[in-house]
This record gives sequence, C-alpha cells and structure tokens, in this order.
Amino acid sequence: MENESKNIFQSVKMRSENLKAWFGTHEVLHGITLSVPEKYVTAIIGPSGCGKSTFIRCLNRMHEVVPATKVLGSVYLDAIDIYKNSINPVNLRKKVGMVFQKPNPFPTMSIRDNVLAGLRLQGIKPYDAHATVEKALTQAALWDEVKDILNRPGLSLSGGQQQRLCIARTLALEPEVILMDEPCSALDPIATAKIEDLIQELKSKYTVVIVTHNMQQAARVSDVTAFFYLGELIEFDRTEKIFTTPKNRKTEEYVTGRFG
Amino acid sequence: MRHRFLKENTIENAFKAICFLSILLPLVLIVVLIGDAVIDGWSRLSLDFLTGFPSRKPELAGFLPALVGSFYLMLLTSAIAIPLGLGAAIYLEEYAKPGFLTSLIEINISNLAGVPSIIYGLLGLELFVRMSHMGRSLLAGACTLALLLLPMVIMVSRESLRVVPNSLREAGFALGADQWQTIWKIILPMSIPGALTGIILSVARAIGETAPLITIGALTYVAFLPDSIHSAFTAMPIQIFNWISRPQTAFQTNAAAGIVVLLFLMLFFNALAIWLRARLQRKVYW
Amino acid sequence: MVIDLTEKQAFRERMIKALLFFCGMVSVLTTLGIVGILVFETWGFFQHVSFKQFFGDTQWTPLFTNQHFGIWALVSGTVLTSAVAIGTALPLGLLAAIYLSEFATKNFRLFVKPALEVLAGIPTVIYGYFALTFMTPFLQNFIPGLSGFNALGAGIVMGMMILPIIASLSEDAIYAVPPSLKEGAYALGANKLATIFKVVLPSSFSGIAAATILAISRAIGETMIVVIAAGQQPNFSFDPREAIQTMTAYIVQVSLGDTPTGTLAYQTIFAVGMTLFLFTLLLNLFAHHLRRRILKGHL
Repeated sequence: MENESKNIFQSVKMRSENLKAWFGTHEVLHGITLSVPEKYVTAIIGPSGCGKSTFIRCLNRMHEVVPATKVLGSVYLDAIDIYKNSINPVNLRKKVGMVFQKPNPFPTMSIRDNVLAGLRLQGIKPYDAHATVEKALTQAALWDEVKDILNRPGLSLSGGQQQRLCIARTLALEPEVILMDEPCSALDPIATAKIEDLIQELKSKYTVVIVTHNMQQAARVSDVTAFFYLGELIEFDRTEKIFTTPKNRKTEEYVTGRFG
Repeated sequence: MRHRFLKENTIENAFKAICFLSILLPLVLIVVLIGDAVIDGWSRLSLDFLTGFPSRKPELAGFLPALVGSFYLMLLTSAIAIPLGLGAAIYLEEYAKPGFLTSLIEINISNLAGVPSIIYGLLGLELFVRMSHMGRSLLAGACTLALLLLPMVIMVSRESLRVVPNSLREAGFALGADQWQTIWKIILPMSIPGALTGIILSVARAIGETAPLITIGALTYVAFLPDSIHSAFTAMPIQIFNWISRPQTAFQTNAAAGIVVLLFLMLFFNALAIWLRARLQRKVYW
Repeated sequence: MVIDLTEKQAFRERMIKALLFFCGMVSVLTTLGIVGILVFETWGFFQHVSFKQFFGDTQWTPLFTNQHFGIWALVSGTVLTSAVAIGTALPLGLLAAIYLSEFATKNFRLFVKPALEVLAGIPTVIYGYFALTFMTPFLQNFIPGLSGFNALGAGIVMGMMILPIIASLSEDAIYAVPPSLKEGAYALGANKLATIFKVVLPSSFSGIAAATILAISRAIGETMIVVIAAGQQPNFSFDPREAIQTMTAYIVQVSLGDTPTGTLAYQTIFAVGMTLFLFTLLLNLFAHHLRRRILKGHL
C-alpha cells in the first residue's frame, strides 16, 4: 500500500499512531494509525457511527471539548506530538483549522467581522484588515458575491455562502491543515459543487482532511481515502484504488452501496 | 340527546366564565390598587414633595432622601450582584464539570431563592452591620440586597447562556480562541440582551424590598443625602413604611404619594426591560 | 515552538476559572452564613430559655417584664394569615391557570402573563398600604367585628400577591400534560369539562402541588403586608378578624428599636428567624422534591 502511493506520501503532514478515543466508557476509536499527506485532500468515509468525525476532532483536539471524553495514543503534526503535555490545544487549533457540518457564522457579527473573528478572538489586530478580509474571501471563492455587502450580518447569506464564509474565517488564520466535518451535508447540490471546487483549489496551499458520508464526493475531491468501520481503519489507499479495486471485502461492500 | 348536549354546553360556558373572572379579579385589583394610591396621594404629589426633606409636619415632608438613597442603593447593589451573579452563571454553564461540588452549588442557589427576604436581613444585620463594622450604612444595605438578588441574577444569566448554541462555542475553539476569549467575545455578546432584561427586573424588585433593610436597622430619621457608602441612608419603601406607621392621617397621604412615585418607577423599569430586550435582540441575527 | 503552552496563557486561564468559581461559591457561603448565624444566636437564646418555655407555651411576651417565650403565639399568626392567603390564591390561581391554558386565545395570554408578572413584582409595602387603607375598611362593611388590624384583610391581599406564582406554575404544569392524553379522553366522548377535571388536573397534580407549596412558603416568609395590616399582637388565636403577630412581624418589631447585640431580645429575633427558616426550608425542599419527580416522568 505504502509502496504504490509513494509519491503522495513523500511528505506526511499529520500522522496518528494507535489513536484511541472514548465517549464516557464507550470506546469509539480502536487504535487508528494513519498518515495525512501534505497538500493533498484526504477523505474519510464510512457508515454513521464508525468514528470518522471523532477521528478528525482528535486531530485538532476538539474531541476533548466535550465533557467525559478521553483520548490515548499520539497524533503528530510535522514532528510534534500534539497530545504532549506542553502543547496548548488553543494554539494548535490556529494551525489546524476546522469547518463544521452546519454553517455556524457568529450571529452578532457582520460578514467582515466573521472573517476577522479568529484574529479578533485572540486579540490580534491585523496589519491590514481589509487586505486580510479580501484575501480570505477570495480564497474561499466568496469575494465577488459579498464584496459590496461586507457589513451585512453573516447570517443574511445563503447556506452555501455561509459555509464558504466559515471556510474564509478559517483561512484568515493561515492554518496549515484544514479539517472539514461533512461540510456539505446541510447544503443543496449547487452549493455543494462550489465547495467541492473550492476544496480542489485549497490543496495547492493547504493540507485538507474531509469527512463525508457521500462516496461520490470522496471520489470527486480526494486524493487518498480512508475507510472506517466500527472504530477501525479498514483500508487506506489512493482514492481511485479504494473505489475501483478495494482489497478488503467490507470496503467493497460499502463503496458499492451494499450497506451504509 | 340534543337537549343534553345543549345543557353540557351551558355548564361549560359557565365554568369558562368563572375561570375568566378569576383571572380578571387580580387584574382589576392592580387597577384599584393604583387608583387608590393615586387618589389618596394626588394632593401631595408635587415638585416640592420630590425635592423636599422629611419633616415632622406632614404637609412639608418630602421624598428626596428616599429617592436618592434608593438610587445609590440600586447602583451599589447592581455593582456587587451583577458581576458576582454573571460570574457564577458563567462558571456553572461554561466551566463546571458535573460532580458533587457543582450539584451542591446548584441546589444551594435554588434553595436560597426560596429563603424569605427577612432572613437575609438577619444575615446582613449580623454579618455586615455588626461583624464587619459597616454600621447601618448604604454599603451594608447594598451588600444585604446583593446577596438577596444573587440567586435571581444567576438563574436569569444561566438561562440566557444556555440559549447560545454549542456549535458557536466549538467554532470559537476551532479558530484558536481559548475558553475565556470565546466566552467574552462570542457567548456574552449573544446572551447579554436576554440576561439584561431579567437582571433589570430583579434590580427593580430589590428597590421595592423593605423587610431586609428594616432588619439591618435602616429605619431611622434621615434628613440628609448620603455622602458616601458609609453614610446612613433611607430608601423609598422605608420612608413609605415610616409614614404608614405614623398615627396622623396626614402622613398616610404622604405614604400614598410615595407609593405613586415608587409604582411609577417600578413600571418604568418593567417597560425599560421590555424595550431593551426588543431593541438589543434586533442586533442579534438568529 | 509556537504551539507550546505558554506560562502566561495558562496562568490567565487558571486565574479566570478560580475567580468564576469564587463567584459560584458566594452562594454556598451565603447559605453557610445564614445557617451559622441562626444556629449561633439561637444557641445563645436557648442558654437563657428552655425548650419547654419555647415549645410548651402559647404566650409570647419577651419584651415585657413578665416574659413568656411561647413560639406558638407567633406560629399561629403566621399559619392564620398564610391559610387565608392560600384560601384566596389557590382557587383563583388554579381557575386562572385553567383559563390561560385551556380557553384563552394566544393574544390574551400574551397580554395577561406580563400583567401577572407586574402583580408579582409590586413591592409588598404597597400591598400592605392597600390592605390597611382599602381592603380592611372594605371588609368592615360586611364583617362588623373586624378590627382595624386583622389577619383577614392582610391574608386576602397576600393571596393576591402569591396568586401569580400559583397561576403561572400551575399553568406550566397543565401545559405539560401531553395532548395525546386529552385527545384520548375526547376520543372516548368526554366533553371539555370532564377532560379538564378527570384527565388534565389529575395528571398535573404534582406540578400544582409544588406550585401551592412554593406559594405557602412565600406567604410564610412575607413580611411587610402583615407588619402593616395584621397588627403587632402575639395572639394564640385562629380568628381571622383579630389582630395577630406573625414571626416576620416580630422580627420587624424588634428591629425598629435599637436592640444591643448579645441581649436576650436580640437573640429572640434569631430564634424566631431560625423557626421561620426551618419552616420555609422544609416546604421548599418538598416542592423541589415534587418537581424533580415530575422531571423524572412521575405524575
């Protein structure tokens, strides 16, 4: 497996080793070892409850935000174990950004303020706020649609625009990795297509990990795909291999739609 | 069959009417109560009354020290109770992990809300007036009222924090904000409008509190305006009570006039709270 | 490394958390303060007065030369005014709640609920004035033997004050009855009245009981109405036409004078306060218990 996809895995941005996670006493991840290639799109697929969302929430230590949760094992960002005691999850999350299932712009803020929210929250005054806003919104393919209405509330946008605003908000922090937890599940097909195009563009600068339950989406946007089932990593390979010649019978059953 | 149906309908309508009267009666009573006070006190309501000092001659007695005392008391009480209450609410909603200590605090708050106000007066008398040597001062009064207010402020603040969806907290964390930054810049701006209404109403209620202030010994003849937080004071409800308990009927007129002023201020605060909520909520786009 | 935990950040977050925790603990300290002070002064009181004098007597004259410490004289006054208040507020409040939840239009509810809130928010000193100068003279038209200070007028006005509590909490309880239960009754051919009395009210009984108990607790602790309108005569009597003295009124009476710390008179108000505190605490705990049961799904 590693052999065939050698070129992709030349540079590994993040790597989990024997990662286990719990909700209360319920173990939802049973020791995941997985490498995320730098400046590629990694898709994580699998049926509901397989632990795919929990996995990416472990990558920026958002899992521990929920009460009564636990994580064991290691996750490396470049060469640093992010579960080391000296690591502040708050600072980590500036480098590993996240986009959520439902668009969640801040209701009290305008479009402009939403883009700057990450900086403002941390008390950072951007050198040139307007340039920051324009750059982030342009990268998120939203600039042309909102450049004249930057002072309108973020919630006045459509669902797809809101989600791109949330992506812009993350991009404004200039992260290295962007985690996306089913970013299109609340959107219509046209908005979904726009986000998918955007993801393709983002990988020139960022490492992207996307969780999706939509297999066509995984096939369209990702370079490598991991298939999770019941808290285990069943198969991990180049996306075209997973969808054309999977090695595991479970993977084959899932990608051909026999369960899920 | 048709006959029986009609009869049942009559009984139901009669019952409905009785229910309606039950709800009408208290509403009529508010009107009677306000009308009674206005009629009794009308002759004394004047600028002289609002700007005058207490006097042994009822027709000269004024309400100014009581008005000013209540105003200072309100400011001081708010300054103590609002930060403490908001802080406790933030702790319980955002930081506290479920466990013994948290449930102890929660049960405590709900029980404190049911403790009669006069018991707070006893606490204030011993703790602030005597043990802390504050004497019968504005500060002692404000501390006592603040403790009385605290459970209510905590409850309304928690209510308003709970309305903020969790996804926004996560969004804050995902943008690299720490917990306090998320609370200060995202959660509080969203919940303050809701909390403010409840807090104003509780503060308004505290202005009407009489018993705890009497218990700490604030019922004294005060013919001056308080000049510091250590100063003796009087307040509107205390001055009203003072006038009610005088044997001369002329003082009852003063009491009624004071009541009209107090009622007016209470209604003003109620209206203010409702107006503020409507206005601030327009700024929050859900 | 940038993502390492900085000492400054960690310190700030710890300080903020500690500060907020202290805010939360103030309420616990308040309770400890109340209980501590009441116990301390009551203990001092019982150094001078025996339990037998306190519980075995029906006269309360601690400020006279011929001292009696029979708490029942004050308890009876408290029970009497509270009983009149509940007798007024329970039927009216319950019927009002039924009207609001079963008959009223949405607009009517939107208007009435804030109006009831206003009623609950009127300072009690104003209610006291109303009881003394309006209710009692009004009642004297019908009840010749009614004295100027009496438990009846004070109790009725107190009923008006606690009515919003009963109405509002009962309405919540009635509102929580699942519509499927009502529909079940209608489907069996029951009319609206039968549905209300046989299905809705029994199903919301715990909630209504909790509302009533909270209202009783409020009535027992109410001070200014009874101080102004019910009199200052400790009187072991259950005749609502007479002047009486409640526990709260006694505390006010002593507070009006300048009573030095450490004297027996000073200690009596804490002993009375302790009795009052225990009464309301028991009632509140019982109401709390009932409401917890409702949350767990018992009716």
